[in-house]
Amino acid sequence: MRPLELTKTSLLYVLAAIIALFAGYPFVYMISTSFKSMNEFFTNPFSVLPGSFTLEQYTSVFDMGLNSYFLNSIIITVLSVTLVVLIAALASYPLSRLKFRLNKSIFTLFIIGMMVPIHATLIPIFVMTNDLGFYDKLLALLGPYVAFALPISVFIFTQFMSEIPAELEEAAKVDGAGHWIIFSKVIFPNIKPAISTVVIYNFVHIWNEFIFALILIQSPEKMTLPIGLQKFYGEFSVNIPGLMSALVLASVPVIITFVLAQEKIEKGLLGGSVKG
Amino acid sequence: MKAAAEVSKLPIIDITTVKRKEKRKQTLAILSFMFLALFVYTLFILYPILSTFIYSFHEWNGIEAEKAFVGFANYSELFSDPTFWQSLKNNFYLVGVSVFVQIPLGLMMALVLNSKIKGQRLLSVIFFLPYLMSTVAVGLLWVFMFDPTNGPINMALNAIGVESINWLAESPSALIAILIVMAWQFAPFYMILFKAALVGIPEELYEAAGMDGANDIQKFFYVTLPSLIPMLISSSVLAVVGSLKTFDLFYVMSGSGAGTSTSILGTFMYEETFVNFRMGYGSTIAAMMFVIALISVVIIQVIDSIQKRKRGIS
Repeated sequence: MRPLELTKTSLLYVLAAIIALFAGYPFVYMISTSFKSMNEFFTNPFSVLPGSFTLEQYTSVFDMGLNSYFLNSIIITVLSVTLVVLIAALASYPLSRLKFRLNKSIFTLFIIGMMVPIHATLIPIFVMTNDLGFYDKLLALLGPYVAFALPISVFIFTQFMSEIPAELEEAAKVDGAGHWIIFSKVIFPNIKPAISTVVIYNFVHIWNEFIFALILIQSPEKMTLPIGLQKFYGEFSVNIPGLMSALVLASVPVIITFVLAQEKIEKGLLGGSVKG
Repeated sequence: MKAAAEVSKLPIIDITTVKRKEKRKQTLAILSFMFLALFVYTLFILYPILSTFIYSFHEWNGIEAEKAFVGFANYSELFSDPTFWQSLKNNFYLVGVSVFVQIPLGLMMALVLNSKIKGQRLLSVIFFLPYLMSTVAVGLLWVFMFDPTNGPINMALNAIGVESINWLAESPSALIAILIVMAWQFAPFYMILFKAALVGIPEELYEAAGMDGANDIQKFFYVTLPSLIPMLISSSVLAVVGSLKTFDLFYVMSGSGAGTSTSILGTFMYEETFVNFRMGYGSTIAAMMFVIALISVVIIQVIDSIQKRKRGIS
């Protein structure tokens, strides 16, 4: 029995090691390359630890405008996520706690949004943005980002709010509080865990969003990180360490978020996988 | 007025008017809570979908204001366009890779994390990292992983005596390379789903199977796998819908000479619309994508309800 257990355990570890290598090696390659000089890279492209450790790539990507991409990404992400939390929480209150005829249909309408291919909205949004004079403005991204984040956020909030015990609002109702008071004093303070799930999940997705930024933004100074990186690729082509350092920098915020809040992201993903 | 005043004296009517008033107040409150969300959702999702269908019956370059109505001309062109069929085929490959590579790989990762292995926390971070990186960053990183001269993959191939492949510039290899990257990036997504599903399997089932003398492999096939079927089904829908949403990776990794062999519906639509400025034709492609998504969601719902009924009976 014991040798069998031993083989099983070692097989498990071998499997874990193979998957970890497949998942992790590209990161090792990216990070170690980002600390190499061009010379070092061409003589020694695969050494994990660079012979001479240099930060020159990092300073050069900042000189090339990475900081403005960063700033734009931060602005649009913070704005969109804040708006989504507010709008979705408001909408989820009647959906989860009030009885009315269209309740189920409206909820389903929101949830179906998760299945909509973004491409089916691209041209009209592009035309609309142009007509309203928002083309090539960072704010042009706000509407689409908020709209596409709504379905999952409404879903998470509605689930969470419907689990808040009715007794909590009874006291407020006895005091004659209306819906707004109940929402702001009773419901909203009690959905903190759901808020952080919604914030983190949408943060990761909006931070990485590409196609709307690609079609609605043109000038380099308005670009967000994902299109900025794409532009770097064209300019850097030979300076692979430089590009890798830009990739590292662009990925750091989401990776830190994940390490700090793994559970929240997992919860968001699970919410998104449940069909309406 | 007079009649109304008289009628309202009757207590029973009085209650209904109060109720009606109350109800109107309630409706107003509901509307004011949902107004912003419905507005944004309608403006940026519902209305655009409708417009896409309307545009799809027009010929229009997007620059001039004029749109010419062409009926189903765009649709008949689409159905005879080889790039459309090529793209559709590639979307099917995407679904295939999701179902037969990503889902099993994700399941394997979840099983590893669910076992009594040491260092789970670290492993789960490593396994999950690819999913968090922006797809553009993933694509660029792998462009260099596949680099014909300096890329680690070709170097590894050389080390075992295989000649370098110019992965992204040739026909079948470009698609294969991108599909490998997709598996790398999205397997962790399924891992999370399965991790949650595995936790939900009651321990007693394993104990019962153990008492019947089942070994680990039998336990997997008779307990674990059947319990995961609902999750496997919903993962497959997600794969179809996900394939229609795919764009970034193909956009970033294509374009080094493999032509339309790496074209998918997402990139095909983008090319026609924003490179060739054929807004009407692009809308037709987009409309088809919506229809396909809709059909697959409906099919899955049907399968799901049949499954539920079966479970209800047994």
